[in-house]
Amino acid sequence: MEETRDTSREDAGSRVAVSGADLRAWFIAEVLPLEAALMQFLQHNWRNKSDLADLRQDVYVRVYEAARREIPHPAKPFVFTIARNLIIDRVRHEQVIPIEAVADLDALGLAKDEPGPDRIALARDELRRLQAALDRLPPRAREAVVLRRIERLPRREIAQRMGITEDTVAEHLSAGMRALANVLYSEPSDLRRKS
Amino acid sequence: MSEACETVSSAEIETCAARWLERRDRDNWSQTDQSALDAWLAQSPAHEIAFWRLDAAWSRTDRLIVLRDPKQDIAAPARWRVPAWAKMAAGFAALAMLGMAFASLQKPPQDRVFTTPLGGHETIAFADGSKIELNTSTILRARMTSDERTIWLEKGEAFFKVKHDAAHPFVVIAGARRITDLGTEFSVRRDSDQLKVAVLEGRVRLGSADAAASARVLTQGQVAAATAEAMVVTRRSVQSLANELSWRQGVLVFDETALGEAAAEFNRYNREQLVIADSSVARLVIAGTLPTNDIEGFARLAQTVLGLHVEHEQNNIVISR
Repeated sequence: MEETRDTSREDAGSRVAVSGADLRAWFIAEVLPLEAALMQFLQHNWRNKSDLADLRQDVYVRVYEAARREIPHPAKPFVFTIARNLIIDRVRHEQVIPIEAVADLDALGLAKDEPGPDRIALARDELRRLQAALDRLPPRAREAVVLRRIERLPRREIAQRMGITEDTVAEHLSAGMRALANVLYSEPSDLRRKS
Repeated sequence: MSEACETVSSAEIETCAARWLERRDRDNWSQTDQSALDAWLAQSPAHEIAFWRLDAAWSRTDRLIVLRDPKQDIAAPARWRVPAWAKMAAGFAALAMLGMAFASLQKPPQDRVFTTPLGGHETIAFADGSKIELNTSTILRARMTSDERTIWLEKGEAFFKVKHDAAHPFVVIAGARRITDLGTEFSVRRDSDQLKVAVLEGRVRLGSADAAASARVLTQGQVAAATAEAMVVTRRSVQSLANELSWRQGVLVFDETALGEAAAEFNRYNREQLVIADSSVARLVIAGTLPTNDIEGFARLAQTVLGLHVEHEQNNIVISR
């Protein structure tokens, strides 16, 4: 709360109209839930799969820069228009793929702003989804995450239980964080229901 | 972070962000660490975005604590049983099985976990006569035995009405901080690394979780804002303290409160979120009392009293000029 107030005060004189806290809240609530669809879109329109994470980052940075001046509503068409423009820019720049390769947003139904199953399902099936996500982590990372997040043990104790050093625990945990974010945001939501 | 952190590709940035997050999740996270993290985040939007994304995913795993099943803890074999995990993958009976799998980890049998959902409010009464009221999105673990009274506030906010017993101190541990009851009513609110302790009646001792060395006694009417390292104590009027704890009556009281701050308070209780479109609107000052779930009433007030523009968008109510 304090933070919000400070940030807005800081912004008063500058051209940036949206406070950092608002931007962050909006990004997490509105943009991240679109990630699975965004990754599919990028995958359809870009041959080199190893570029996808970089492309996603570039889309996010452009979204961030634009939203800093004014938060766009609704988020979905905004994010996908940026994604399409980015791909067009890249294609022009690299002169590899013909522009026709960029699928029409309307044809993909991405420009419309429908709540999408993600958001609604998110609230309902959160626990199930988290369990499924846990289950997909590499075994050691999963064990570390379980001991940290469910058992709430300190690093030292996790290290003892797993028979490894605290530094290695930290590595497993940060690997777990990355893998969790990918499962929770990047993968299509139908993975959620496995029953 | 002391070690070099290469941030050229998005994968490298993500690795750095994960390291930061992992460090921030530790109990010894300090103000200096926070400044270093802030500096790293300020270097590039890509850093900030990568960190937000990991942080958001990691916070979601807060919910996993409900999988701890204290009832199953008594017969605890020391080793982790791998087959239980394999079974868990099989299906949806996972919840029950997880309980069993985790039960195989050693843990004192008396701990109980209490949680409230978004917008929730619950009171727990203990056998010793003490009461705890949990506010919205709160997780706490209680070890109440004949010789120990310890509460771990993992997240959220709670009000404690303690039956004082000098022989069996009532202790609340929140991250790096330890609050010891000295005969009292107090509230503790934990937002990641920020802690707020308000003393309504009597006294508490606020120190660090490990050593009792640098403890400070807070008396009636005092509010401490603390991180792992620093602490600021202010004295508040009875009225201002009562406003702070108005959630116990299911309402939020605003008295010369900035609109942005009021909206952030409402957002703690509701799935639907208030978004203040710009900082000049966020600085407008309001006063009033509203039920914690009356986000619509708040929006109406903004519209009719302040003459602001209110728009409903999916899960957001956007307030602008």
